[in-house]
Amino acid sequence: MPASTGNPMQDEAVVTIYERSRPGRAAYVAPPPDVPDVPLDDILPPALRRATPARLPQVSEPEIVRHYVRLSKRNFDLDSGFYPLGSCTMKHNPKLHERAAALPGHSRLHPLQNDTHTQGALELMFNLQHALAEVSGLPHVSLQPSAGSHGELAGVLLTRAYHEARGDAREIILTPDTAHGTNPATVTMAGYTVVNVGTAPDGGVDLDDLRAKISDRVACLMLTNPSTLGLFDSNITEIARVVHDAGATLYYDGANLNAVMGLCRPGDMGFDIVHFNLHKSFTQPHGGGGPGAGPIAVSDRIAPFLPVPVVARDQDGTFRLDHDRPQSIGRLRGFHGNYGVFVRSYAYICSLGAEGLRRASQVAVLNANYLKALMARPGIGEHLPVAYDRHCMHEFVLSGGPMKRNLGIRTLDLAKRMLDYGYHPPTVYFPQLVDESLLVEPTETETRETLEGFADAIAEILAEAAVDPDVARNAPYTTPVRRLDEAAAARNPVVRQPMD
Amino acid sequence: MAEGHYPEDLKYHREHDWVRVEGDEAVFGITWYAQDALGEVVYFDAPDIDAAVEGDAPYAELESVKAVSDVYAPLTGTVVALNDAVKESPGLVNSDPYGDGWLLRVRMSDQSQLDGLMDAAAYTAYLDGLS
Repeated sequence: MPASTGNPMQDEAVVTIYERSRPGRAAYVAPPPDVPDVPLDDILPPALRRATPARLPQVSEPEIVRHYVRLSKRNFDLDSGFYPLGSCTMKHNPKLHERAAALPGHSRLHPLQNDTHTQGALELMFNLQHALAEVSGLPHVSLQPSAGSHGELAGVLLTRAYHEARGDAREIILTPDTAHGTNPATVTMAGYTVVNVGTAPDGGVDLDDLRAKISDRVACLMLTNPSTLGLFDSNITEIARVVHDAGATLYYDGANLNAVMGLCRPGDMGFDIVHFNLHKSFTQPHGGGGPGAGPIAVSDRIAPFLPVPVVARDQDGTFRLDHDRPQSIGRLRGFHGNYGVFVRSYAYICSLGAEGLRRASQVAVLNANYLKALMARPGIGEHLPVAYDRHCMHEFVLSGGPMKRNLGIRTLDLAKRMLDYGYHPPTVYFPQLVDESLLVEPTETETRETLEGFADAIAEILAEAAVDPDVARNAPYTTPVRRLDEAAAARNPVVRQPMD
Repeated sequence: MAEGHYPEDLKYHREHDWVRVEGDEAVFGITWYAQDALGEVVYFDAPDIDAAVEGDAPYAELESVKAVSDVYAPLTGTVVALNDAVKESPGLVNSDPYGDGWLLRVRMSDQSQLDGLMDAAAYTAYLDGLS
């Protein structure tokens, strides 16, 4: 047995499910069919079939279960501890929603079932469209996009369709320099050119820079409000006026909707297109990249171009999928969107109600401001000052620059050391315009004790670094793996499982 | 290199690039401060030979473990050589930013642009003002 690290998880040999495979093992053996056998050649010509069987792992059921349970224990998750990446990644997902989504009427639906057999599901989708229209202040909704970035793409394609229908070719889309990385990526994917708009000293959009860059060549301004700095841009009415006067559309990135639900509405601020992240603000668990949902809501002038189908209600009260939208940009994905996500988000909206959604946002903002105040205390504040010192919304940004100069540890070192204290670190090194940044979003469901415990841990890490910075520089110590060589992983990625 | 250093024989641009003038050609790279802020560089997305680069405009991207960042041209010119060693081993930008970690050699279009750049003392003072 190799020398022990003292940490059973670090000692454990990690193997892939393929390495557990042994010929002939199986988790389940199907009974003989009780229907006539159809020759495979009749339904799938040999030319379309693979020549050799797929090399799937052959593993017994207990081995499968143990493999994945073991892996799950090596992970840090929201059910294990505080995870101040916040709603930007995943806020608490109430367990009640899983019960609703697991009901057979939801979980056993087939996407090819006839509308007459799926009236309940269509009604849920119709009601969800209505609720999202209410939250956004924009009346027309498509549930099709399956991620925030997909919603962004839909929004930019709608902008293009809107301008082209007017015979007005435009080629530029403006994004603030605080924008989520998906914004410029979406713009480029949709065939537009990105131009950055600067940030004013108060953290909002630099209005002078916006006025200098707006023109009749600009198709759209994509904005997040509150911004990625956690600051509400109180110039939003003026921003909307400048953008609309130039004939451009105003796009709302819904990543930070958790700060404003029921408090103010993007439609009332002058936005034309909004995307929601149901898997963030509206509590859909989404590990490993899915499933998500990024519905969009739009104003009257954009509505004719919405993707198909949209759920409609007829005079007699029946629901149907409306494909008859001649100016539509078309389909964005197969079938109806990620229906299971809709169920959970609709359960969230129904269980909280309008007043409850408002309260969730209010407490998210309160928690962020309370934690921000805790971060200002002596022992923390001189090393991790707030980048823009004003009341924040649901999140705030600290700068680790002084910590690096005073104590010789970087934001990355602080983040790694937090893991030893049982906390997942917040987002680090974003937004990029803040030196050594930490973006902290506690969300509405965390208790005062949790927030205070987190602040105490940071104070201890900083005090420890003042004595010996190597403690943080070499962290983490207690996790299943120690510090990973991210540079080597990026330079020499190994993305293929050797099969033999 | 634990501490920043800024050679006297180079000129500096506010976007943290350096220039070494050699006749009518100039060698570009990023400063110690820039590589320290980026963290470990993992990829250099370089322009092509003969491409035009414009002073104050991005000409390449450096990807680090933190982010992808634009690299700004301190001067206008035409690319005459690329540092293939950095494409192979991007970590040279961190380990030797003024030597083996150079990025690009250009033929300068307008030598008077050199007057708009900082010397080492001015750049060091500029960095002090940032923190």
